[in-house]
Amino acid sequence: MSEARRAILARIRAQLARPPSAEEAARHDVAARLARTAPVLIPARAQLEGEARIALFCEKARTLGCAIERLPDLGALSGAVLAALRRHNLPLELVRAADPLLDAAALEAEPLLSVRIGVPEESDAVGLTVALAGVAETGTIMLASSRARPTLLAFLPETSLVVLPCAWIKGSYEEAWAMLRALPGWPPRSVNLVTGPSRTGDIPPSIELGAHGPKRLILFLIDRIG
Amino acid sequence: MADSPRVALFVTCLVDLFRPSVGWAAVALLEAAGCRVEVPEPQVCCGQPAFNSGDRRTTEDLARQLIPALEPFDYVVAPSGSCAGMLRRHFPELFEGDPAWSARARAVAAKSFELVSFLVEVRGMRVPPGRFSGRVTYHDSCSGLRELGIKDQPRRLLRAMSGLELIEMEGCEVCCGFGGTFCVKYPEISTKMVDDKAARAEASGAELLLAGDLGCLMNIAGRLARRGSNMQVRHVAEVLAGRLDAPPIAQSRG
Amino acid sequence: MEPLSLAFRERAARALHDPVLATAMQRLERGWQAARARAAADLPEFEALRDAAVAIKDHVLANLDLYLEEFERRFTAAGGVIHWARDAAEARAIILDICRRAKARTVTKSKSMVAEEIGLNAYLEAQGLRVIETDLGEYIIQLAGDVPSHLVGPAVHMTRERIAELFAKAHGGPPKQDSAALVAEARQVLRQRYLEADVGITGANFLIAETGSIVTVTNEGNAELTQGLPKVHIALTGIEKIVPTVAEAFVFLRLLARSATGQEFSAYTTFLTGPKREDERDGPQEMHLVLLDNGRSRMLGGPFREMLRCIRCGACMNHCPVYLAAGGHAYGWVYVGPMGSVLTPHFVGIDKSWPLPNASTFCGRCEEVCPVRIPLPKLMRLWREEAHKRGLAPPAARVGLTLWAFFARRPALYRLATRLAMAALGALGRRRGRFSRLPFASGWTVSREFPAPQGPTFTAQWRAARGAKG
Ligand code: SF4
Repeated sequence: MSEARRAILARIRAQLARPPSAEEAARHDVAARLARTAPVLIPARAQLEGEARIALFCEKARTLGCAIERLPDLGALSGAVLAALRRHNLPLELVRAADPLLDAAALEAEPLLSVRIGVPEESDAVGLTVALAGVAETGTIMLASSRARPTLLAFLPETSLVVLPCAWIKGSYEEAWAMLRALPGWPPRSVNLVTGPSRTGDIPPSIELGAHGPKRLILFLIDRIG
Repeated sequence: MADSPRVALFVTCLVDLFRPSVGWAAVALLEAAGCRVEVPEPQVCCGQPAFNSGDRRTTEDLARQLIPALEPFDYVVAPSGSCAGMLRRHFPELFEGDPAWSARARAVAAKSFELVSFLVEVRGMRVPPGRFSGRVTYHDSCSGLRELGIKDQPRRLLRAMSGLELIEMEGCEVCCGFGGTFCVKYPEISTKMVDDKAARAEASGAELLLAGDLGCLMNIAGRLARRGSNMQVRHVAEVLAGRLDAPPIAQSRG
Repeated sequence: MEPLSLAFRERAARALHDPVLATAMQRLERGWQAARARAAADLPEFEALRDAAVAIKDHVLANLDLYLEEFERRFTAAGGVIHWARDAAEARAIILDICRRAKARTVTKSKSMVAEEIGLNAYLEAQGLRVIETDLGEYIIQLAGDVPSHLVGPAVHMTRERIAELFAKAHGGPPKQDSAALVAEARQVLRQRYLEADVGITGANFLIAETGSIVTVTNEGNAELTQGLPKVHIALTGIEKIVPTVAEAFVFLRLLARSATGQEFSAYTTFLTGPKREDERDGPQEMHLVLLDNGRSRMLGGPFREMLRCIRCGACMNHCPVYLAAGGHAYGWVYVGPMGSVLTPHFVGIDKSWPLPNASTFCGRCEEVCPVRIPLPKLMRLWREEAHKRGLAPPAARVGLTLWAFFARRPALYRLATRLAMAALGALGRRRGRFSRLPFASGWTVSREFPAPQGPTFTAQWRAARGAKG
């Protein structure tokens, strides 16, 4: 195995034929490059602020087939979740992340809703998790795995509910990623950029939703948290 | 030189052999644009058939034969995007790292132009000398379009001709399937491509199809004729120069 | 997969009579081509992103050894296990070994062209493993015992009716009529397979040296279930897939979907850094990465290095009139369209694939749309040079070229010969202005009239009219 490694690296070096005198400069170059985290190019459309940014996020996400509900605070979440499940004729049951935001929303206090905390199973129809950022540029949400937020919550159940505080909506992927950098244990094991529900064009003629991942993606944007 | 540059007309082998009237149209246009036109010898071919067949040796030999003939002139102009592209883009590439020829190839490349873009961009032509009335459509030949950026120049001149109505066909930028030796190496695919082109040209409602490359034009005209279409096909220079006395490509007199 | 590329012309000719293929290719042309144009026009920075992408890849390729080491260090630190594979056989053996050690019986796979390149499925199946493709297109192909015909949409050549038949045969029940029902059926069936799988195999679109992460991009979400449910995840990709930093990955991600399908972003872009962390409740316990060379390093030293910038978006084929006429299967190996015409000779040898780089009019659309500006026509031309050197061309073409070159090198003789020939042809064709049949030109006249020359050549006329100056 390490023989293959040696052989491949040797082949590469032979082909590149970098003179020994250039070796140090090249290493320096690479190290400098890896230390640089500044964005390369952020499109103008991503450079929006405030409401305009939220509006672009919503427009893009809706175009892709996301449903979006804007709520004043976390207190409104359980009612909104219940209403959404009813609207789609779904069982009033969900599995959720152990995220403090969801704890604060007190979903368990809603008598009609049955809530489990943990990793979803095959039989779970609805998963609820928290996004760590939104990206206005393309209506994308950024999820990051942790003990509290199993990745599968947004992939296994057919309906994916995601809570996203408005203040966490950024213009570009780069700004969203910068928020992640501040987290302990960075980088997280799994970072998912989710842009609309699962889709496929493999069976003509139409684009169908829900190929493997969620068929329904419902976003709850929260104006004020904490 | 500014008022009356000395221009070498690189007539291209196809025009020389099959449609000299395009050569004369080019001469007329260049003279109308104030150029002194000469046809230097030896000029046979820019070497594309060899180049695109992977025969590098022959390509280089032909280029070495041609370059000295073109060197004395202020400009080299060809009524073809693909031959001009060969001179402008590929000659320098051919001699990269060749100390004797690289500079000469680059010098010739720098002063080589496709006819219509030369008229518009170098000579500032706004209104062409010819007259024409009728509906025409324009096919963008690949090399001219993608190697030399020829898109707007012919259209600008055509639109300046009163009585000429320019109608765009669907897929005007799609290859006609000529591709030099491609059309005989892969006749089935080439036929499908030129048939699509012919169908789209007919569907445009134009009565005349124009382009800047004789290879594409012979291909398209040949297919239109086989389809029994009465759409006419000409080189754009013929219309711009108003030299329409020769019958359209693949058509008989009368 | 044994290459069938030598039969390109015959296979293409047959494909031209396939109405199903024609409809599928029209979908690509009117759908993806138009969508890409819109997506590019909607992003004013698109061209600048392309330039940035080229610069990043060129920098990485020039320092590939160093970046691979940096990537390896971080990937390993995150708990991943890296495996270097010199060639296809080595990669297959590594993967089988991991499966064996995991006591695997069922393996799920999300779409990977590198897996096709090394013939992974057939190999694992021959070793007694059950391999399930999860990308819907690949799944359909697998059921049909077929091979992909497109980089991004492997089953573009299939109709809904055919898919319905395949599903009915594999899953039981009557064939479903609409796409939604078929998708739902596949979802349900494949759900079980995900849960049964012991090992999940994915590709990787990018490897990020800064973080030691691998990036997968899908629309279906199958990569996430493939790597997220079984206890072992194996990623398989080529050594050229490295980008330095996350910030630089976003340059490519902004280009990839727009170039491929005209979407602004694919539905799922996932950055994975190591296996399940100790305190986590989901994720694979082991994460392996098989880094494949298979001749890629050979391309670094010469003009083909530029081909290693390829991000497998498929734009070149979506815009290639030859691909759109012939379909992907005509190419006879894993990689198709213009990128395939450049890559296939590297993998299978030019002697087994010379018709591919010849099957281009050099119209240049591929290069025009390639997000990383690979000069595909130039690279195909280089293969033609190699083929020419080895005498790989149909005899008629060789004879024709030699004859032409003989005259072209002798301008005086050429003038004389062409003057006589054109005079004769011109006289013969004068009445109709064209020929319906000509000896030695049947490739042309089989479907086209051959325009007759006007008669006297231009150079002869010029000399007569303006004298022999110049
Ligand atoms: S060659 Fe360019 S256009 Fe073709 S698949 Fe690769 S990156 Fe895309």
